[in-house]
Amino acid sequence: MTTTPAVTEETPVPAVRREALHFALRNGKLVAGLVVVVVFLAAAVVGPMTISYGPNDYVGPAMAAPSGEYWFGTTMFGQDVFAQFVYGLRSTFLVGVLGGGLAALIGMAVGFTAGYRGGLVDEVLNMITNIVLVLPALVVLLVANAYLGVRSIGVQALFIGLTSWPWAARAIRAQTFSLRSRDFVDLARLSGVRTPRIIVREIAPNMSSYLFMTFILLFGGAVLVAASLDFIGLGPTQGVSLGLMLNNAARWSALQLGMWWWFVPPGAGITAVVGALYVMNVGLDEVFNPKLREM
Amino acid sequence: MLRLDDVSKVYRAGAFGGRELRAVSGVSFDVNAGEVVSLIGESGSGKSTLGRMILRLTPVSSGAITFDGTDIRALRSPKAYYRQVQGVFQDPFSCYNPVFKADRVFAMIKDEYFPRVAAAEWRERVEGALRGVRLDPGQVLGRYPHQLSGGQLQRMLIARAVLLDIRLLVADEIISMLDASTRIDVLNLLADLRAGGLGILFVTHDLSLGTYVSDRTVVLRHGSVVETGPTDLVFANPLHPYTRSLLAAVPRLHARWDEEEADPGETPCPYHGSPEGARTRPGLAEAEPGHFAACSGCAEGAGAPRKLAKEKA
Amino acid sequence: MSLTVTGLRVHYRTLRGDVKALDGVTFSVADGEIMGLAGESGSGKSTLGKSLIRLDGRMRHVGGTVELDGVTLPIGDDAAMNAHRFREVSLVPQYAMSALNPTRRIGRMVSELLASRGAGPETAELERRLELVGLSRDVLDRYPGELSGGMRQRVVMVISTLLDPSLLIADEVTSALDVSTQRAVARTLREFRDRGLVKSMIVVTHDIALVHQIADTITVMYAGRLAEKAPAEALVTAPRHPYTRMLISSLPEAGVRHEDRRLAGIPGAPPSLLDPPAGCRFRDRCPLAFARCAEQPPFAEVAPGHHVACWKAE
Repeated sequence: MTTTPAVTEETPVPAVRREALHFALRNGKLVAGLVVVVVFLAAAVVGPMTISYGPNDYVGPAMAAPSGEYWFGTTMFGQDVFAQFVYGLRSTFLVGVLGGGLAALIGMAVGFTAGYRGGLVDEVLNMITNIVLVLPALVVLLVANAYLGVRSIGVQALFIGLTSWPWAARAIRAQTFSLRSRDFVDLARLSGVRTPRIIVREIAPNMSSYLFMTFILLFGGAVLVAASLDFIGLGPTQGVSLGLMLNNAARWSALQLGMWWWFVPPGAGITAVVGALYVMNVGLDEVFNPKLREM
Repeated sequence: MLRLDDVSKVYRAGAFGGRELRAVSGVSFDVNAGEVVSLIGESGSGKSTLGRMILRLTPVSSGAITFDGTDIRALRSPKAYYRQVQGVFQDPFSCYNPVFKADRVFAMIKDEYFPRVAAAEWRERVEGALRGVRLDPGQVLGRYPHQLSGGQLQRMLIARAVLLDIRLLVADEIISMLDASTRIDVLNLLADLRAGGLGILFVTHDLSLGTYVSDRTVVLRHGSVVETGPTDLVFANPLHPYTRSLLAAVPRLHARWDEEEADPGETPCPYHGSPEGARTRPGLAEAEPGHFAACSGCAEGAGAPRKLAKEKA
Repeated sequence: MSLTVTGLRVHYRTLRGDVKALDGVTFSVADGEIMGLAGESGSGKSTLGKSLIRLDGRMRHVGGTVELDGVTLPIGDDAAMNAHRFREVSLVPQYAMSALNPTRRIGRMVSELLASRGAGPETAELERRLELVGLSRDVLDRYPGELSGGMRQRVVMVISTLLDPSLLIADEVTSALDVSTQRAVARTLREFRDRGLVKSMIVVTHDIALVHQIADTITVMYAGRLAEKAPAEALVTAPRHPYTRMLISSLPEAGVRHEDRRLAGIPGAPPSLLDPPAGCRFRDRCPLAFARCAEQPPFAEVAPGHHVACWKAE
């Protein structure tokens, strides 16, 4: 009852939020990461609208280096690399949102239930989580993709989502476990509130920053896995993605032919988006965790 | 109203639940309307576990807790029970979800119990309840928990319980985190609520706080009752050596510890030193009307409580 | 004079501005004196205790001096303070559990600590002191988790006094303990002083009844300032500051029943220390307040050893 006098009374919650914003805007990592992601997102959203033809249309001269007309040059077959790049970014973000989102949903459902219920439910869910966790996810994806075939980005995102949730579930379970024994949860029970409502209204808001960071990591992970799958030729058979561009560039020996403009943009795009997400995550961690703040 | 009958709580610990941990064993007492019963014990005495079992937050291992004659385990929905029985806990700050405004504890009750009450009427009721615990509604409504003091938060929790027109309040160490100058206000408030017919189970480790408000006292040690009776009798004439040591250890303003050192030494065991006919409850002997005490752990009693438990089983 | 604190001001940095947790505190602790430092949460008593040994990251030394045995302590300079910690000033923290590394045996922790302070292990002396607090030497081979709360608290007390510091600060050492353990720990504190292991001691607590049992003098703080300092007996039986008086009369003593005597608390709340009002800070809650209270009363000596900050206390 006699801890640091002013500290508890001087940090009301609106101030906590304002404080978070205050530190967020001053956090270089977060701002830089956010700027990079937003620039690429804008390119993915706006870019395709400015181009009148499709990404796989043969529109120009073959193997043209970047020029005023074709900013990123053209492929061996005369397709516009810039058009492919912005369309590819689109599908990259889509895979990230869908795959990462699905994984986050499953992870939250499993993590919250296991952590809150405890006992037998926890043991069973924990067992399932551990099994999925130790499965070599990429191998499973390879096999599944190879046998079932992936036609669209949606299906690819589904596969990724179904295999990448376990660590998120474990992390959320641990957090839920520690929040469950807090008095305000007991008070909600004493108010006759039912379990799902307690989880959604009492527990989840207390770990919103944590859930947000989990989603960002899952998003980045999904983008990477999708790119790897595309690159080794197990990507969607329709459409275009950054990974598919890399795959095509490699297939037609762009490197040997000196067509750097074919593989540098997609490679750099994936690296930049995923890298920026991870940098953002580190920044967010600093914002939410006062111990890491540089004052 | 509330009756505990031979209530025990066993926790399973260790790998595969191999070890047993008896948090509470064979506790019986009751709480009537308009009565404050203080449950006194140190950490590990099982007092908080008892409070949680009464509130149905922890399941009972054996024995029965009945409210108006109905076993609380048999109740179909806890919701109706919580309308009559409520709890307030030790740490007022951790009872509020730090993300939301403090008055959400009232909104939660409205959503669950009074969804059809008009907003204006509900606000009136909340303000009435707040004034009842001597809070200024304008000062506490719409604020975040951090902006309020521990005393204010604790009184809001009591107001919340009162909104449900409850009949029994389990108050678990509700003033130990409060500052001295606000402690007494909360204690006085409990006394006023009792005058209005509320039954209160006042769980505390502090004997002097317990005696200030309670009608009856139950002293717990290692999960079982060592002494129980009307508070004035227990306080004036503590029978069990443990109760005596607790009393002696309470720091007092007008007596120094060093001055009261002379302990009379050995006293007869309150259970085995009593006549056979006085042993009217399992493990407890009645020394005065209503004043019971357990064996002090004397030579004669070694192993006896265990045997007793076996006989019953 | 063992410890002399003059005009000490320590502020907490927050986003909303500086919280003036200690606002001009002047007092002294004599050789061999155990001073109880009492107050409610937010009174600044913990800040004062910490200021004398280690300011945490958000605390800032704004003004005033701390002099121990004639040497000024560099309390604002964390690195320079290191030379004084353990040797001259030492602390027993509130939660002994978090002060001890759970993965180290106690004995190893002690020898590491001594080595880091450039002192050799003196096993015989260590065992003698453990015995003094009622522990056997084999606690050295145990892990902190194997000890009870009271035992851990006593181990920490032995460790923090190994180098015979001049001043020991005990910060709420008993508040996490049961009443019966409380008493043993409180006694040990006195024992340390009586045997000369520490010269003087400041016992920070919220429990006046407890500190009255062990302290020679009691200082009461209110809203970042000292309200009253007096010999323990005098402070409890004849307090002069209205705050102390109301505080003591609000304590339920064992045996007082609500029906017989209804005690009263202190209405109102302490002022915010972000922007504290001028004058006496208890003014708003004080039944004796009058016009002059708009002016800050001095912490004046009204009787030998009895200081009070109140215009009406003469």
